[in-house]
Amino acid sequence: MSELRKISRREFMKRTGQAGGGLVFALTFVSACHPNEAPMSVGPMAKASASVAPNVYVNIRNDGIVEIFCHRSEMGQGIRTSLPQIIADELEADWDKIKVIQAIGHEAYGDQNTDGSTSIRKHFDLLRNAGATARDMMISAAAVMWSVPVDECEAREHAVHHEGSGKSAGYDELVETAIGMPQPETAAFKARENYRYIGKSVDTIDGRAFTTGQAKYGVDTVLPNMLYASIERCPAVGGTVISFDDAAARRVGGVVDVIRMPEPTSPPLFNIKGGVAIVATNTWSAIEGRKVLKTEWDRGENAEHESQAYKEKLIASASAPGTTIMARGDADNQTHSHLEAVYYTPYLAHAPMEPPAAAAIVNEDGSCEVWAATQDPQTARNTVATTLGIEKEQVTMNVTMLGGAFGRKSKPDFIAEAAWLARETGQPVMVAWSREDDIRHGYFHAVAAQYFRAGMDEDGTTQSWLQRSSFPSITSTFAPNVTGPGGFEPDLGLLDVPWDVPNLRIETCDAKAHLRIGWLRSVCNVFHAFGACGFIDELAHAKGQDPKEHLLEMIGPARKIDPTKDGGKYTNYGHDLAEHPIDTGRLSAIAEKVADMAGWGRELPEGHGLGIAVHRSFVAYVGTVAEVSVDGNGKLIVHKLWLAIDAGTVINIDRVHSQLEGAGIFGMSLALHGELTTSNGAVVEGNFDTYPMTRMSEGPAEIDTYIIESDAAPGGVGEPGVPPVAPAIVNAYFAASGKRVRELPLRNAGLT
Amino acid sequence: MSIDLELNGEKLSLDADPAMPLLWAIREIAGLTGTKYGCGKALCGACTVHINGQPMRSCMLPLSSAKDAKVTTIEGLTEDGNHPVQVAWRELNVAQCGYCQSGQIMSAVGLLNRIPNPSDADIDEAMSGNICRCGTYTRIRKAIHRAAEGKS
Repeated sequence: MSELRKISRREFMKRTGQAGGGLVFALTFVSACHPNEAPMSVGPMAKASASVAPNVYVNIRNDGIVEIFCHRSEMGQGIRTSLPQIIADELEADWDKIKVIQAIGHEAYGDQNTDGSTSIRKHFDLLRNAGATARDMMISAAAVMWSVPVDECEAREHAVHHEGSGKSAGYDELVETAIGMPQPETAAFKARENYRYIGKSVDTIDGRAFTTGQAKYGVDTVLPNMLYASIERCPAVGGTVISFDDAAARRVGGVVDVIRMPEPTSPPLFNIKGGVAIVATNTWSAIEGRKVLKTEWDRGENAEHESQAYKEKLIASASAPGTTIMARGDADNQTHSHLEAVYYTPYLAHAPMEPPAAAAIVNEDGSCEVWAATQDPQTARNTVATTLGIEKEQVTMNVTMLGGAFGRKSKPDFIAEAAWLARETGQPVMVAWSREDDIRHGYFHAVAAQYFRAGMDEDGTTQSWLQRSSFPSITSTFAPNVTGPGGFEPDLGLLDVPWDVPNLRIETCDAKAHLRIGWLRSVCNVFHAFGACGFIDELAHAKGQDPKEHLLEMIGPARKIDPTKDGGKYTNYGHDLAEHPIDTGRLSAIAEKVADMAGWGRELPEGHGLGIAVHRSFVAYVGTVAEVSVDGNGKLIVHKLWLAIDAGTVINIDRVHSQLEGAGIFGMSLALHGELTTSNGAVVEGNFDTYPMTRMSEGPAEIDTYIIESDAAPGGVGEPGVPPVAPAIVNAYFAASGKRVRELPLRNAGLT
Repeated sequence: MSIDLELNGEKLSLDADPAMPLLWAIREIAGLTGTKYGCGKALCGACTVHINGQPMRSCMLPLSSAKDAKVTTIEGLTEDGNHPVQVAWRELNVAQCGYCQSGQIMSAVGLLNRIPNPSDADIDEAMSGNICRCGTYTRIRKAIHRAAEGKS
């Protein structure tokens, strides 16, 4: 069999260490991105012999290539395309001459936390400035080279031109002159009509890598002599190991060690969740070793957590008076009639297709280098430093592609595990969570109960609105003795209710946390929009009014709402209300637009129903219409979804459409299927058989999306599409069947 | 112990436990990371490869069952990355995070090899074993139709 190439793991490691493998990828990644290093040290791009970096986001090389450092994490939103679009536009760079390099986690880049749909809305000016100052630097260099006034020079198509003399110089020719020149701190931005890339559809720069298997995610990291760990963690949060028997595990071929992890902390923070690690030469051996590990647990303070009993408790909490956080008029006023309802939504897991994964190496000097699928590389870096008891300057945090994230990968517990095990074993270690680990040990989207009470006059017009929200708080993950919602949570669809009613009161009600609670795509907006948009639909039908007309009536005339005037401590996603108002005119326009798209009011096929919902979140406005029917087996069919967004200025039209399409499917998954339950403190579900996702056969054949053209300040895009999807479906189901559902998921109502 | 097979056209002898799922042998022994883990229970399709031309889930398939078989992964689908399905995927910007797309593409190619001009129902049937959490299904469907048109 001499023609056979024999590959053992050892040989594979040798090969990858020598050429072309993951390690080389990884190491060039590092030196390329470190803001403290001269980017010219990079091997594979060494066609250039000089370069100039006007700021940490841009490096212009004398071979004509402009390197753009993407300091935000790519998780499917297309930021590695849209961020360079902004910089390249202001820089007047040619798109085919840019090279995108993923930045490491470093404070020099400013905020890198890729969360809260912030990449564009919080960084648009920063990125424009990065491109514009680099452009002005090229212009200054040309002016010096030609001894002409700066204001006679113009940058265009990767070159600077001087009209008077007819001279032109490409950016490559200007690098030498620009080196050492003062770097401008600010520069004028281009006029909107001159944009070449901003507001256009630009193909995903990673398209070829995505379609050829070359995109490298956290789990694809390969390091020399790397070990693979699989960690058995306590089923209940805060539980600890009493004892374990690893005799059988150690007999599994490939297993090299069994290591007890550090105990979890209370509150959990982003710290290691405890447990016992099986460390092996390959993933499968680690998995097999873990299967025969025997561990006895003290399940700790959350051992009694039963989701069914907790649901009843939560509903009782929301049904009784809580803490008033905003009020106007008197929501207890006696009215002609009233309607009340309780809405309930369960715990959810993020379930990104790539479960959490990170690889780490700890060097002899104690420093640590990490490759991780992280949304928040600076927090990951700090967490690793704290875990190892070293300075953050000793930690290099490389950011890989993220195979989905949805908020899960901003919590770096899995990265701390890899770093800690790398030090314990003295070898590089990959920690790749299994799907069951991911679904059972996450930072979950909170279970929530909401109580609504509306008072109507003789015409059925709503005059008072009382809403109570009860859910375990994200703040409980970070602070002790948290008893209920707090922090930024009421901002997310509760304090900013847009209804035009004279009497209104918003309350939060106690709920103690028993799992690690975290943020998931759209966060509290998911359950607040589900409850409010469902209840609004109930009011429409109670009044005998068309749901869309009623929705517009409830939103009321175009105006700007300031929740602080009614006592709400509202922070508006970190923006000034002057820049990003709560504009009911924009919300109404979205309702009108999406209704038009769906042909609202048209004659529908027998058994079909349309439902509408609108919601503002992350300072963007989204409306959804769903068309559904129920088949002969009682199963819900979602025939079509329509989504319209007003996110102000948008960068990559196609990626905004794709985010809305994805939000439709993400919203369907949580509407139809998503539910985690607990027993004895442990999450019961474990894989896609018990925690199902919407699949292609269930997804609608079409999702129509529309982007309102606007030059308003940019809003969020990744998250705002999700909240209105579930209530639109539930409202459509009512229209089709006359049956009102106030709980998710719909599979519990026998509809899947 | 070694298992002989043909991986992306190259005859190899993989030195691993025959019970090791093919997925891990491909990723960690042969070093091809384009094939992904998503569930380990053949529920999501991220690990889809072709075995003797048929799309199969590699996460539950023991290496021994691929003995002497022709295994094709996303890396070996084409030399230039320009299979009509890959081209259609790029033209329609199907991928969001991209993680599941190797498996999606391998399933789609398997479908088109079997049914050159699939209906929506054919596509649903062939592709519903592949989960995309980003929700790219409508574009996947369009890309498969486009690839079919390009081929016919």
